[in-house]
Amino acid sequence: MTHIKPVPPARATPLTPRKRAILVGASSGIGAALAKQLASDGWTLALLARRADRLAALCEEINASAGEVRAVSYVHDVTDTASVPGLLQQILADLGGLDLIIYNSGIALPTGFKHYNFETDRKMTEVNYIGALAWLDPAATVFQSLGAGHIVGISSVAGDRGRVKNPAYNASKAALTCYLEALRNRLSRRGVHVLTVKPGYVATELTQGQKGMFLVISPEKAAADISKAIRRRKQQIYTPWFWGWIMLIVRNIPSVLFRRMSF
Amino acid sequence: MKTTSLGPLILLENFGHSLKAPSYLSRPKSADDISAAFKFAKAEGLTVVLRGAGRSYNDAALNGGGIALDLQRMNHILEWNPASGSITAEPGVTLCQLWQTVLPDGWWPPVVSGTMTTTLGGCLGANIHGKNNFRMGTIGEHVMEFTALLPAGAEITCSPKKNGDLFRAMIGGLGMLGVFTSITLQMKRVYSGLLNVRAWNVPDLETHLHEIAESAPRHNYIVGWLDATARGKGLGRGQLHAADYLAEGDDPDAARTLRVDYQTLPDKFFGLVPKSLLHYFMAPFMNNLGTQGVNTAKYILGGRAKTYRQSHAAFHFLLDYVPGWELAYGQLLQYQSFLPKETALEAWTEMLSLSHRRSLPSYLGVTKRHRPDGFLLSHAVDGLSLALDFKVIASNRARLAQMLQDFDRIVLEAGGRFYFAKNSETSAETTRRFLGEETIARFRLLKKRCDPNHLLESDLYRRIFSN
Repeated sequence: MTHIKPVPPARATPLTPRKRAILVGASSGIGAALAKQLASDGWTLALLARRADRLAALCEEINASAGEVRAVSYVHDVTDTASVPGLLQQILADLGGLDLIIYNSGIALPTGFKHYNFETDRKMTEVNYIGALAWLDPAATVFQSLGAGHIVGISSVAGDRGRVKNPAYNASKAALTCYLEALRNRLSRRGVHVLTVKPGYVATELTQGQKGMFLVISPEKAAADISKAIRRRKQQIYTPWFWGWIMLIVRNIPSVLFRRMSF
Repeated sequence: MKTTSLGPLILLENFGHSLKAPSYLSRPKSADDISAAFKFAKAEGLTVVLRGAGRSYNDAALNGGGIALDLQRMNHILEWNPASGSITAEPGVTLCQLWQTVLPDGWWPPVVSGTMTTTLGGCLGANIHGKNNFRMGTIGEHVMEFTALLPAGAEITCSPKKNGDLFRAMIGGLGMLGVFTSITLQMKRVYSGLLNVRAWNVPDLETHLHEIAESAPRHNYIVGWLDATARGKGLGRGQLHAADYLAEGDDPDAARTLRVDYQTLPDKFFGLVPKSLLHYFMAPFMNNLGTQGVNTAKYILGGRAKTYRQSHAAFHFLLDYVPGWELAYGQLLQYQSFLPKETALEAWTEMLSLSHRRSLPSYLGVTKRHRPDGFLLSHAVDGLSLALDFKVIASNRARLAQMLQDFDRIVLEAGGRFYFAKNSETSAETTRRFLGEETIARFRLLKKRCDPNHLLESDLYRRIFSN
């Protein structure tokens, strides 16, 4: 874990309140777009990802356009779960507190229709689900003791149904969705808000080269939807919105049909 | 798991409820506990802020994401000598404990703040002044000696003569150099539990400032209430209160008036409203129109000058009459500026007019007379101060921020200064301009010497001394 901290961001004053967020998985795709969106919404950000160069460039871009330090980068691999508590403590001290955490890290490793690969399945589970537990469990502890805070998990429409194409990816997202729901049920009575985001097809590196995509949106569009859902304190959103209707149908396709589909 | 060893984060606030900062709270009982906290902070890579009663209007006792060392449990009076009037106490001792200890023996703290809930450690850290600043200086001028624990581990003793540079830097040093562990103060002899008070109206700012400056030499205390909602000819109008000690023999009933129970503030207002609820009754008036009405009524009712006798506690601790009064504001911010007597009238006329033009009047103004002192981060001037209270709401934040920046510019151009227990918006640039590069360099040098690992930091320190 390397830590690049150019200048710490300014703290809140009574007349310039500052909201502080951690964004795990910020270097590309929805994460990068969301970082820019939240920075322009006025959030002070701790941006986390593996790729140091991209992260540094993103911070630089955000800080240059804000005219002040609004994003600080932390190089971190979510499979290095042992480093999370120490890093969280450090970020809390660097930002001066925490109001929001977004777990966005996710990978979809290609797997053939007839092939099974435990190594790639485990990797996806570690990044998509175990990493989320590693970050959101201690974040939930912090928010619970403060009686305030906002937790956002970027899950997927893929978690709504087990499909033929990528079983472990579906399962990891289903686990994340279910975990977030349970967190919400635990924490809403303690003043903490939990939002589950289920993107459809978004044009990012994760989906690059995937066949059969339709109704694809840009990461910027997804980021705008997520930012709006955070402001409106939604519990769950599909982005874009019509995936809610699509998945309502998909969730209700009887198994006798669904297992014959290659969707 | 590192986080669990620290205990839960607690949301701490400033006095005005306008800032919140989550911190790991540590409540030491002894110097050993403080040393242990510093070692722990260093191992965890965290910073430490010192906190007393939490009465600072700004971020002086906040350290978001770090450790807050709450010194209120170190609240023992170690030695009281009623013959000489010298008292030695731990930093968590409050001014309330202090006066209640010394008054029955015929003594009174030489300098007190407008509330008695503040701790001695906090009073020294901010180097507080009272309504007698022009005569008695700041509290630091009555400190005979203190011992302090430096983050590096050494325990030192400072007095005006011994370690004089640290004495003048740690008093008013915002808790950024070390922790006071015991403080020895010289009390002032009094012969009665009462003060002779004179109250009279002043019709405008010029008279207001002129009379404070003119009357001060004849009195022990003087303070002005300024109706900041009044405009036009009445701009800066208000009421002055001057108070004097009674000479020996002037109070035939001294034995009784010096008793603590004689001084105690009433629990109920008009014998009816419990004072802890009073702020709910004030809240509906906390808007531009309501305050204007209340202030005008107060001014008219004060029309005839009067003299009366009042207990020390009642005269000094006006703010304690209504516990939680700041809640009536919702969120409160105070802006206090210190100006040389030559430039005060012009600068404050400009500031008050500006606040009216922008429809951002202050709801309470307080004026005092000051004299300079020799402490490193001094706020005092040979002149006057004006403290203005503002209600902070979502819709006035940006406009208020802009106006305070304009205020800063006016104060700096008029050769004024600021006080770090109050203003929450003063920037590093403004601080550099009023303290001067040399003073800041000297403070940094001492900081390096006392706290080489930069363990002591507050949100205030980061704000005003950031590069």
